[in-house]
Parts: sequence; C-alpha cells; structure tokens
Amino acid sequence: MTTWRLLARTGSAINTGMCLPSRTIIQNDYCSSSGFRSFSTGKAMRTDFFKDLDSQLKAFRKKASSAMPGSDWHPLDLTVGLPPERTDILIVGGGVVGWSIAYWLKKKEKVRDGVRVLVVEKDPTYSQASTVLSAGGIRQQFSLPENIHLSLASAEFMRNINEHLSVLNDDPVDLQFNHSGYLFLASENGAAIMEENYSTQRYAGAKVTLLSPTQLKEKFPWINTDGVALASYGLENEGWFDPWMLLNAFRRKAMSMGVFQCFGEVTGFRYKTHSMPTEDGDLVELKRIRYVNVRMPNSLQYQPVECAIVVNAAGASSGKVAELAGIGSGPKHTIAAIPVPVEPRKRYIYVLHSPDGPGLDSPFLIDYSGVYFRREGLGGNYITGMSPEEEEEPETNDLEVDHEFFQEKIWPHLASRVPAFESLKVTSAWAGYYDYNTFDQNGILGLHPLVNNMYFATGFSGHGLQQSPAVGRALAELILDGDFMTLNLSALGFQRIFSKQPTLERNIV
Amino acid sequence: MALPTLMRSRGCVWTCLTVARRNLNSAPTPVAPPKLNSKLLLFLCQRFHDVEQLVSWSSWLKTWVLRRKNMYYGYTQKQYGDNVAAAFYILSMKGGFRFAGQSEWFRPNARGKFNWDFINFRDVPIEEVDMSSTLINYAGLDNFVSQRELRSLSLRGCPEVDDWFLSRLHIFQDTLEELNVSHCSRVTVGGLASLHRLRKLRRLDLSSLPRLQKPGLVRILLEEQLPHCHISGVEYSQGLETETGTETETGTEIGQLTKEYTHTHGPHRQTLTQ
Ligand SMILES: Cc1cc2nc3c(=O)[nH]c(=O)nc-3n(C[C@H](O)[C@H](O)[C@H](O)COP(=O)(O)OP(=O)(O)OC[C@H]3O[C@@H](n4cnc5c(N)ncnc54)[C@H](O)[C@@H]3O)c2cc1C
Repeated sequence: MTTWRLLARTGSAINTGMCLPSRTIIQNDYCSSSGFRSFSTGKAMRTDFFKDLDSQLKAFRKKASSAMPGSDWHPLDLTVGLPPERTDILIVGGGVVGWSIAYWLKKKEKVRDGVRVLVVEKDPTYSQASTVLSAGGIRQQFSLPENIHLSLASAEFMRNINEHLSVLNDDPVDLQFNHSGYLFLASENGAAIMEENYSTQRYAGAKVTLLSPTQLKEKFPWINTDGVALASYGLENEGWFDPWMLLNAFRRKAMSMGVFQCFGEVTGFRYKTHSMPTEDGDLVELKRIRYVNVRMPNSLQYQPVECAIVVNAAGASSGKVAELAGIGSGPKHTIAAIPVPVEPRKRYIYVLHSPDGPGLDSPFLIDYSGVYFRREGLGGNYITGMSPEEEEEPETNDLEVDHEFFQEKIWPHLASRVPAFESLKVTSAWAGYYDYNTFDQNGILGLHPLVNNMYFATGFSGHGLQQSPAVGRALAELILDGDFMTLNLSALGFQRIFSKQPTLERNIV
Repeated sequence: MALPTLMRSRGCVWTCLTVARRNLNSAPTPVAPPKLNSKLLLFLCQRFHDVEQLVSWSSWLKTWVLRRKNMYYGYTQKQYGDNVAAAFYILSMKGGFRFAGQSEWFRPNARGKFNWDFINFRDVPIEEVDMSSTLINYAGLDNFVSQRELRSLSLRGCPEVDDWFLSRLHIFQDTLEELNVSHCSRVTVGGLASLHRLRKLRRLDLSSLPRLQKPGLVRILLEEQLPHCHISGVEYSQGLETETGTETETGTEIGQLTKEYTHTHGPHRQTLTQ
C-alpha cells in the first residue's frame, strides 16, 4: 500500500528531478561580490564608470557561462523542454514498454551514442498509464509458447535486474517482488485444456505443477474446492512486484545511458507516400514517416521532430496513434483499411480488507469464473478484479470506478471460493485501461507493412507489464539487427492480423 | 566548540541529500548518505569516459567471477554423478557438508584445500549442507537440484542469497527440515513468503535480516503457515512496537485512509494518494 500512496509524490518528483539531462555541466556562479565600494553616502552625481563596468561584466559573464556547451541557453527565447529537432529513433509513449525499448536500444548499440533515442510521453504524472495502474503480476501460465517464453525471459531479467538496471552511485533496484505464484482453478470443462497448457508450459521450461482438488485443499485449506476439477500452481518465477519500481528503474538507467526524454504529446505525423503495384495489379500505398509532431503540454506550440524510425508504444492509445499515421484509412476491402486493433478497455481493481483472509501463502488466484485476487502487503489487504463480459464493457471516457460491479459480479464468486471473504470491506478502488487487442488479446510486435518505419509494441491486453523486459529486447533486436535474435516472436507480428488468423490464448473457463 | 556546529551543518546537508533522493524512489530501505569516495567516483565517471568504462568493466568482472564460481559442475556430474558434483561444488565454494548415514563433515581447510575422499561416495546423497558466508547464488542451486535427501541447509551470512534463491528452495520441499537464512542481507518478506511450500520444515533461523521490515509479524504469519516449525532469531514484538516515529506515522496514515474511503469513492489512485 505504501507504494501506491507514494505514487503522487513520485509523480511530482518526475517533473523536478528526472528532467535533468544525464550529463549536466555544473554551472558555477563565478561572480562573487566585488571589492568596489562607493565612498559617498549621497546619491552618485554622475554615472560611475567603473561601477557600471562591473555590473556589465557581471551580466556578460553570466551570459557567457550560460551559453557554454551543455547548457540549455539559446539565442532565441524558447520554451524549455522542447524535444530535439532530430533524432534517430522516436518512441511514442513512456510507459514500461517504451522505456524498456529505449534501454535495450542503448544497451545494444555498438558504439557510444551510436543511436539517438527520444522518448515522448504526454503525461509526466502517469495518471492514466496502464503500467502504474496494473496489478503487477507475472506468470508463466499461458498457452502460447511465445507468451511463456516472453515471461520466462522477463523473469530472468528481473532476477538479475541489478546487473541490467543499476546505476552507479544510486541505490540498487528493489522491485519488491513477492514470490507467491499463480494459482489457476479449472472447472470440469476446462480441466483438459489446463492439462494441455500444463504440458506446453513444462515443455517451455516453466516450473508449474498440477493439483487435484484434495491436494489443493491440503495446500490451501482456506479454499472452497466446490466445482474445481483441477488446479495449476506456479512454483517459480511467478508472483507480483511494484510496477513503479520497474518503470522508474528502466527510465533511470536509460537516461543515464543517454536516452532523451521529452514531455509532449504526439499529435501527428508527416510522411511521404509512394505507390507500388502488388502481384494482383492493385496499387498499395507505402508510407514513410519523416517528421513527428510533438505538441508541448498545456500549449499549442509544437515541434516537428525529424526521425528515421518511430516506435509506437503508446499502450491503450496506440490504436489512435496509428490512425494519426493514416493506418486503417485506406480504400475499403484492401489491407490499407485494416486498423491496428488496439483500444482502451476499462478494468477495475478493488482493494479489500479482510482480517481473516488467507495468509502468507496466498497466491495470485485466478478462478474459472474470471475473478482474481492477490494479497497486498501483510496487513490483511487484498486486491481483486475481473474482466467484464464483452457486451458489458464500460465506457472509457474516464477512470470512474463502478462499485456495483464488485457487489454484483465479483463478490459472489469471491465469497464462495474463499469463505473467509464473506466478511470484508472494500477500502478503495481504482481503474485503469487495458491496452486491449480486440483481434486476439495478444501483443502486436513488429514493423507495420504499410508504414515501413513504424514499429509496434502494443496490445498486450493485461500482460504487458510482465513481458516488457523481453519485449524491449525483442524490439531492439528487430530494429538494430533486423530480425529477432533471442526469441522468435514472428507469430506476434502483423501478418496474423492481415491474414485474419488470430493467435488466441486458450482460456480455462 | 567548533565540532558540534560542524556536525550539525553536515547533518543538515545529509538530510537534504537524502530527501532529494527519497523523492525518486519509494523503496522503504533507509538511504545511507553518499560516501566521499563514491561521490568522487561519480564525478569522475560523469566527466571521463575512460573512468566510466573502467567502472563498468569492474562490475562486469564481479558478475563474471560470481557466475563462474556458481557454474553447473556438468563435467563432474557426467563423470562421477550428482552427489560427487554437488560435493565438489560445495567444497570449492568453501562450504561444508555431511553425507547421509555418516557422522563426519567434509570441509576445506583455511587455505581452501580439501580431502578428495568424497569421490568414493558416489551413491550416497548429501544430508546436511553448510554454505554459510559463501558466494552461493541462484544459479549455484543447479548443483543441488538432484539432492533428494537434503535435510539441513545453512545459508548464514550469504551475500548473494536473495528472494529468488529462497523461492527456488521448493525443490527440497519433501525433505528439508532445517533452514538458516540469518544475516542474509538481501532477503525480504517477498522471498520468505515462498517458504510455506517447505512442509517438512522444523527449524528456521531468521535472525538479523536487515531488509526484513516487520520481523515479528512475519514470524507470526510464517508460524501460521508452518505450524510444526520453530522459528528462531526473531521476537514477536520486533518491528511491532513504536520504537521509532515510523510506526505511529503508518498508524495515522491508515487512519486517514480509512477516513478517506468512507467519504469518497476514489475514482482512481491519484485522488486516493493525495
Ligand atoms: C487493471 C489492470 C491490471 C493489469 N494487471 C497486469 C498484470 O497483473 N500483469 C501484467 O503484466 N500486466 C497487467 N496489466 C497490463 C499492463 O499494465 C499493460 O499491458 C502495460 O502496462 C502496457 O504498458 P505500456 O507501456 O504499453 O502502456 P502505458 O503504461 O499505458 O504507457 C503508454 C504511455 O504512452 C503515453 N501516450 C499515449 N499516447 C501518447 C501520445 N500521443 N503522445 C505521447 N505519449 C502518449 C501515455 O501517456 C502512457 O504513459 C494490467 C492493466 C490494467 C489496466
């Protein structure tokens, strides 16, 4: 809980503390008080030449020192915090995915400052970013090998996080990782799928075990096993951590490696278009982005940034950012009409207090009804949530919480699964946006075929946080090496969207 | 005369520094004031690429050494089997062990030399391991994975033992009876929470864990999970009484929060945190 409370404070610290460029030149005020002194007590009758000279010199020295290379002085009066006019790679969205990509690009560059990377984030307080509003869980219990491997690689990254993200002379990174595992429950209908998933997960190297209802009851006596046919429980590399810590660690490290950060909103792209005939003789329009328009916060001023490559990591708004580049607005029935299928979907998380609830062994439990909960801290607090039915998706204009949803949908399932939760108090709640991929609820990674310098890393629909370290590496490989090197993630590319073959997770409901 | 004034002014500077650093970081661990030599190093690093490179090499070397020491003893394993490989690993790390059914311990002498007799115990599993004050880490556990008889493990004062390490101890869940993680500077409650899987555990030593926030509470919660286990090194009252101002602070914070909850149905966390 403390970390959540520190959110606002940390948020404001970003403005004050983190905007410093990595290598600042410390400016000393050389102008100490001078030895001149006026001897007369009355008003000076004529301008004292020396006195004037002294103040003139003072002003000149000040100007000269502020014009030293490395300071942000500019002959024209400019808004501070403007992005640079030119960069190699521009990353839209400074969430955990964006900063992870920035870090890996720097890590993989062959020569120092070989690539200039700029991260553009519209909201310095991260008030709506999914990263900080998520439940912070990591699991390997997926059915797609790609997802399992992404999450295994990310767990390995987090295990060695201080080899990657520690900054000289700063505190080591502490993710506050809680190694408690995920516990999935399957009903009669889902048991067969769970077993299949289990063997895929074992094959990929995840440490998962299956539990029968009796074993389950023995291990977690507080669970009511009615209706449960099978359970799968993660033994290693699963649990939850503080998302802020991961985001901040990535950002701190990336900035220390020379990534530029700018607060502003990407409002448009300037691109060049040229047409090419396909095999069938149709004309397709290929675009190449030349400039990205970045609008400064709270003003109408914007700065076009010339760049070679754009990475779209705008989370829930990445569909909108793609529209700005003209994706999905082509003639009907061609591939140019297919939008990037990512949209915001509102999800609630409720904080519960239940003094008699499950103790230190409490895992991240996911019931077959869709309800999940996990422990938060040691004081009998829990967080819980559930994804609504497709027809009952709430409006996404704001982040208001619907408390009815808890009463009607979540609580009945929760109390029947864990009888100790029959008496509980909802102490608070919040909402966040899933970067929901409406096509197949999995990440979209790779180059857009029609805008041939815009890469995507988005659409993770509820598991983007845990995959961010590996996703960043994969994207950096794609950009700098031209192909995936460590994990082959081509199944998560745009190909599947254009050929209408969804890569779905097999859910155990 | 001048000394107290000096102290006061230095104290002031330090508190300013810690405050500035706290802002960026919500870690609960107290921040030590930066030392002069590390400040100097940072200064040099920011100005000279060579220094920066040297620093990054030295940290790379450190991890390399650690990794090499904790390597999987695959060759020994192939030649002599799991038990000898594990024994060889323990002795090379300057730890000690006892084979099942034997009373004598194998340990290296002060210069790190040891008796090679353990090679004759191919088929005898290891029962007790003492790795105290060694550099064993998560990867080093690979050498123990096949030890199915391990009953006692001491990790006292191991600087590289962290929560990930503890989360991996479930491999001994059917045998391990005694575990000592005292003086492990990196262990927190996040890793101790995974120990509930060690159903056979009878004795657990948790003394002097600097990163453990509320040792007393953790002991109570762990005893709830492991009713047959005797947990030593921690008093129930530790971290619970109001020794310092922090405890009262959290108390009032909780009070404030509950008040807030009753008044507002906070739309999202930002309003809650105000
Ligand atoms: C309630 C909830 C629970 C979740 N639980 C988990 C979980 O347990 N485990 C897990 O792994 N994942 C979870 N997730 C999902 C996870 O949070 C997201 O997948 C992940 O954070 C996505 O990261 P991101 O960096 O892509 O997006 P974000 O964090 O949303 O970052 C995108 C950033 O882009 C910025 N931006 C947008 N448009 C523009 C623009 N035009 N110009 C400039 N900047 C722009 C935004 O301000 C934002 O900061 C959860 C999500 C929610 C909502």
